[in-house]
Amino acid sequence: MLEIKDLHATVDGKEILRGLSLSIKAGEVHAIMGPNGSGKSTLSYVLAGRDGYAVTKGEVLYRGKNLLAMEPEVRAAEGVFLAFQYPVEIPGVSNTTFLKHALNAVRKHRGESELDAMQFVKLLRETMKKLGMSEEMLKRAVNVGFSGGEKKRNEVLQMALLKPAFAVLDETDSGLDIDALKVVSDGVNSLRAPDRAMLVITHYQRLLDYIVPDHVHVLAKGRIVRSGDKSLALELEKSGYAAFAKEAA
Amino acid sequence: MAVTTETREQVKALDKYKYGFVTDIEMETAPKGLDEDTVRFISAKKNEPAWMLEWRLKAFRHWLGMKEPAWAKVSYPPIDFQNAYYYAAPKKKPTVKSLDEVDPELLETYKKLGIPLAEQERLAGVAVDAVFDSVSVATTYKGKLEKMGIIFCSISEAMQKHPELVRQYIGTVVPYTDNFYATLNSAVFSDGSFVYVPKGVRCPMELSTYFRINASETGQFERTLIVADAGSYVSYLEGCTAPMRDENQLHAAVVELVALDDAEIKYSTVQNWYPGDENGKGGIYNFVTKRGACRGRNSKISWTQVETGSAITWKYPSCILQGDNSQGEFYSVAITNNYQQADTGTKMIHLGKNTRSRIISKGISAGHAQNTYRGLVRVGPRAEGARNYTQCDSLLIGDKCGAHTVPYIESKNRSARVEHEATTSKISDDQLFYCRQRGLSEEDAVSLIVNGFCKDVLQELPMEFAVEAQKLVAISLEGSVG
Repeated sequence: MLEIKDLHATVDGKEILRGLSLSIKAGEVHAIMGPNGSGKSTLSYVLAGRDGYAVTKGEVLYRGKNLLAMEPEVRAAEGVFLAFQYPVEIPGVSNTTFLKHALNAVRKHRGESELDAMQFVKLLRETMKKLGMSEEMLKRAVNVGFSGGEKKRNEVLQMALLKPAFAVLDETDSGLDIDALKVVSDGVNSLRAPDRAMLVITHYQRLLDYIVPDHVHVLAKGRIVRSGDKSLALELEKSGYAAFAKEAA
Repeated sequence: MAVTTETREQVKALDKYKYGFVTDIEMETAPKGLDEDTVRFISAKKNEPAWMLEWRLKAFRHWLGMKEPAWAKVSYPPIDFQNAYYYAAPKKKPTVKSLDEVDPELLETYKKLGIPLAEQERLAGVAVDAVFDSVSVATTYKGKLEKMGIIFCSISEAMQKHPELVRQYIGTVVPYTDNFYATLNSAVFSDGSFVYVPKGVRCPMELSTYFRINASETGQFERTLIVADAGSYVSYLEGCTAPMRDENQLHAAVVELVALDDAEIKYSTVQNWYPGDENGKGGIYNFVTKRGACRGRNSKISWTQVETGSAITWKYPSCILQGDNSQGEFYSVAITNNYQQADTGTKMIHLGKNTRSRIISKGISAGHAQNTYRGLVRVGPRAEGARNYTQCDSLLIGDKCGAHTVPYIESKNRSARVEHEATTSKISDDQLFYCRQRGLSEEDAVSLIVNGFCKDVLQELPMEFAVEAQKLVAISLEGSVG
């Protein structure tokens, strides 16, 4: 599904990713853990195609295609989804309108017919019911006045609607209390599927109690320094990142 | 290769301003320049009553002693008022009984504008009084309206058929001494619309006029007068497009509204005149005086405007709240891109008791544009319990444009309550990236964000206009990001 080879990337001329390689197969959930400044968020932005993140070396193949050559909206339409660490507020645009525009843009790209208002609302209601979400947050403007938990749930809702093939969850646990964490994790788990891969980026092992990964990688100084199964996360929780940082040096 | 490039450029230019075409129809024009003879020529052309000519001449003589206002935050080279034509009419005099008699070339023009008159009659609920340059050529739905006693015609026609009504109201809201441009308009106005809704009648359809500037160097001096008699209601739509021109074209319209006891007038505008090219060359100068008088008790006047065109917009649709419990509203979206300048806002003059006003202004600035909100809320000594709420929001796209908010508040009554809120924000990279990550193109993202920003105003427009306005918002900002 995703093949990252020797990826180097700079932000403001400073090299953040320094030879990152990672291979993710369909159906797998990978977790990337690492300390602040190790390049976790940079990786997610590079994959999503944000301006200002320059790839200086290496390549990323997504379903055999050169991901880095695509515009952000093309990546999205091709099935790459980023659940934001800090979902952005868009005043005056109702959540429903935003979701409908996004879904139809993606459907159009995929050669599917655009949904009219009735069809869309029906789909939206069904999806929200499945995720156990209240429809109240649909009427409000995108993320405006949402609590931390609501924002993250809104990300999961978007993911459920857009049905990506590959989803990056950037510190989805940040700012969540235990109850909200459980709701969000349940949502994510319900979206696990044999044809869908996920990359979960987190600081803490806690999230991985809820979203259990197939593989865990430790990121330090822009490179993956250790890979293992879920027990690696527990080990990391005990020993801290310091030991791994040394390996990276 | 070079030819291909050139063609591509031309097509691109057409695309940018799709209404930029010129219709080739012979014009009957007044000689260039402006003096008393020009005024007499216009009046004679229109076969006006003597009092009208007198009024025009008074205005002209007054105008000679006036200076162009300089207080607005707009700059432009001096206008040579002698180097312009003040009257132009399509030569084939359109005294038509049906659309079949209208010059086919005119009909073609309307088609390009998206208002095929041939289909207008079947278009539910919209009557169009189309102004081609200065003379009205066709009016639809007249019959239906006439049965209800509603008069909707060109002001020239009204002067022939209902001179007493015109005489009773014209100049009573915007006197001929009002300001430089309004006074000029009073002297040389060519045509415009007239609406009278009799007592207790609710006009069953939106009345709509499409304006169009066509003749080169022809200043447009429209004059519109709408009178809503006691207990009546009318909603009026004004929409504009103009062909591409290199010279700047002056447009100085006057709109007067009069609402008597318990009457309501809703006046909506979508203005999309040629704004000049990307380098600020050309474009319309839009110096307009619009004012409504809530003369009667419980009367209401509501202005809604979406201003996206013109090189310079100088416009303050206002309400004089004379009647007790009368209400004034102003909802505005002003979008400026490239080198456009807009200085727009409103005046709410509270004179009667318990008068209320509401101002919602959304200014959007992109490119090198300057966008100013200028508003006055004045509460007179007898306006017990007057209330005003003002909200001014500015949105900046890019870092070379400007937004300015200039509110004036004058209260002479202790019981008045006046509120003013203002914000300035930018479309952030975060917002754009978020939208694009969800599959929206950059332009769609800008359009979505800006439409969200304008929502409070756009939802005040009549349905069919709202859709058009949303599209216009998107078109106006094309190429403003990236």
